[in-house]
Amino acid sequence: MSTITAEPLSETTLLRFATAGSVDDGKSTLVGRLLHDSKSILTDQLEAVERASAGRGQDAPDLALLTDGLRAEREQGITIDVAYRYFATPRRRFILADTPGHVQYTRNMVTGASTAELTVILVDARNGVVEQTRRHAAIAALLRVPHVVLAVNKMDLVEYRETVFAAIAEEFTAYASELGVPEVTAIPISALAGDNVVDPSANMDWYGGPTFLEHLETVPVSHDLAHCHARLPVQYVIRPQTAAHPDYRGYAGQIAAGTFRVGEPVTVLPSGRTSTIAGIDLLGEPVDAAWTTQSVTVLLADDIDVSRGDLIVPTKDAPATTQDVEATVCHVADQPLTVGHRVLIKHGTRTVKAIVKDIPSRLTLDDLSLHPHPGQLAANDIGRVKIRTAEPLPVDSYADSRRTGSFILIDPSDGTTLTAGMVGESFAAPEPVKDPSDDGWDF
Amino acid sequence: MTTIVAQTGEEGTVSPYALSHLDSLESEAVHIFREVAGEFERPVILFSGGKDSIVMLHLALKAFSPAVIPFSLLHVDTGHNFPEVLEYRDRVVAEHGLRLHVASVQDYIDRGALKERPDGTRNPLQTLPLTEKIQSEKFDAVFGGGRRDEEKARAKERVFSLRDEFSQWDPRRQRPELWNLYNGRHAPGEHVRVFPLSNWTELDVWQYIAREGIELPEIYFAHERDVFQRGGMWLTAGEWGGPKDGETVEKRLVRYRTVGDMSCTGAVDSDAVTLDDVIAEIAASRLTERGATRADDKLSEAAMEDRKREGYF
Repeated sequence: MSTITAEPLSETTLLRFATAGSVDDGKSTLVGRLLHDSKSILTDQLEAVERASAGRGQDAPDLALLTDGLRAEREQGITIDVAYRYFATPRRRFILADTPGHVQYTRNMVTGASTAELTVILVDARNGVVEQTRRHAAIAALLRVPHVVLAVNKMDLVEYRETVFAAIAEEFTAYASELGVPEVTAIPISALAGDNVVDPSANMDWYGGPTFLEHLETVPVSHDLAHCHARLPVQYVIRPQTAAHPDYRGYAGQIAAGTFRVGEPVTVLPSGRTSTIAGIDLLGEPVDAAWTTQSVTVLLADDIDVSRGDLIVPTKDAPATTQDVEATVCHVADQPLTVGHRVLIKHGTRTVKAIVKDIPSRLTLDDLSLHPHPGQLAANDIGRVKIRTAEPLPVDSYADSRRTGSFILIDPSDGTTLTAGMVGESFAAPEPVKDPSDDGWDF
Repeated sequence: MTTIVAQTGEEGTVSPYALSHLDSLESEAVHIFREVAGEFERPVILFSGGKDSIVMLHLALKAFSPAVIPFSLLHVDTGHNFPEVLEYRDRVVAEHGLRLHVASVQDYIDRGALKERPDGTRNPLQTLPLTEKIQSEKFDAVFGGGRRDEEKARAKERVFSLRDEFSQWDPRRQRPELWNLYNGRHAPGEHVRVFPLSNWTELDVWQYIAREGIELPEIYFAHERDVFQRGGMWLTAGEWGGPKDGETVEKRLVRYRTVGDMSCTGAVDSDAVTLDDVIAEIAASRLTERGATRADDKLSEAAMEDRKREGYF
């Protein structure tokens, strides 16, 4: 379980996950422990860290130096940017987005969480749920990360007491479910001593759940696709125009959600033209069906106008198109986002002009309080925005589809990525409440 | 080829829809190639004949099948090439009817635009010919085979990495990358370096080569070679400047884990003659690819960061 894949040729699944927490919570120690105990740190890397630590007068190797790859990070002893780490066990391959926990780096956590299937939130068992924990939980909820792990660390410093763990787990789970987090798994650990990280702890007999790594290895990474809206953003039109393929016209893209089948009636958005899937090529190999996140080329029965930026959807399950997008955004650029800002919006494979019509509120992550009409959003602010687009976009609610419910705003003058957006309501309601006055574009 | 991996969840449910890790990585890389094809005017693939660039080319061929790939290739030729690799490069270019650009370090040295370094290493000299070729050919997207697992500065690299007209990288001014929404906007004269293998590890690359049956230059497999030791690595003797006084040549059974400039790419002792042997060897190795084979990365903690800032791959 704790060694690099013993059968190197076997194929396993891939889990992308993110960690959030401050240095004080022991995040670097946990990541270091995970990589070390799964034998993913190689000798020359460890030697380099030992050399650098000794050069700084530190007694023990500082495992944070493994991921703090930039000169500025090492000089200041802080993590500035998301670091990606890669490791494997015989059961699964992992991509870890290690995100810094400082307040001013909300955008890094949002970035890491945007592609994560699971987020690890660390708390210090002595301190329990603190302001920062609530902030991390809110980001995981906003980004709709399917699985949240609460790692209650430093259990060795509270005599491994079950009551301490249970109280923290209960408080966090209650808070997370208020935010609509679908699943919380709480695990008592000591990253420093190694309890329940890779191997089961001998100090916590009362805990019957999986170790941290066991949970990472077994958590499901795909969803019930039968209930997903199928969506294919067209990236590129493949037309060989060769003697062997004179009439081949394929629409290439990565399936953003759901499943497509040959013979299925489809609609192309925003034009609304309809056809039937005549064939699906999976990177050169014809298949009957394909699903997220496969990259495919779809052939249609009819010769209709389809180009980059279009969205192919099942005719029976097409989203409405709209020029008015209301979303929760995280502002990621140094220059602020203001009402009246003219921007570009990239949604799927389509980029169109847009204008920020209104910023109705800014959200304080610590207590989820709303500040109405802030006028602008600064870097790392989270808020609600109303955007008018120059052309209709087939947006889904982010709650339904993380890929076709998300977008970025780009500054047209210098190309800066300004803002990350999620269409629809900020947080999932713990129990869905149907609002009859809702006009329905975000379902 | 797609392998469906039965996946057992916590409740014992099995999903038939989970992709294998190689399928996930392949699909992601193909998506990146197609985004570039859709958004850029003149993309080019950096092709050295090394395994990572060979895998990139294979992915590009699959991404646009049955059409030809809408990119050309660019080889930055240090003049210190392994003959087996040049032969491989030319054969692949001919086989797929590709267009190859060459930026030659030797030309720059011959006309005095670059000076040979005292240690004979030409790796850092590649940046200028690369940058000038990008500018003169007006390439706006340049695919590189860099992987985040290779080196800690690369771990902070974006998939789409904006470079100014001097090819410089500024790690503090990178664009956040969210979901799979890549931002390729750039001003005239700027270009974007694109890394489709960002999330691959060395082992993934080898597993993929085995799964897809991709042919590689022979130097990746164990063979007898005249080598000498310098800086703790086995270097190939040759016209480029080795061995020097006090260095002795011996015949050893070796293979290359990476392929680059002959003057700074070391061979490793190995008896791995097949792909399966190589994969087993890498899985058991306690050294990273660069730690085992690249002299230039051992110079300092920030050697790679500094080269990248100046416009290196």
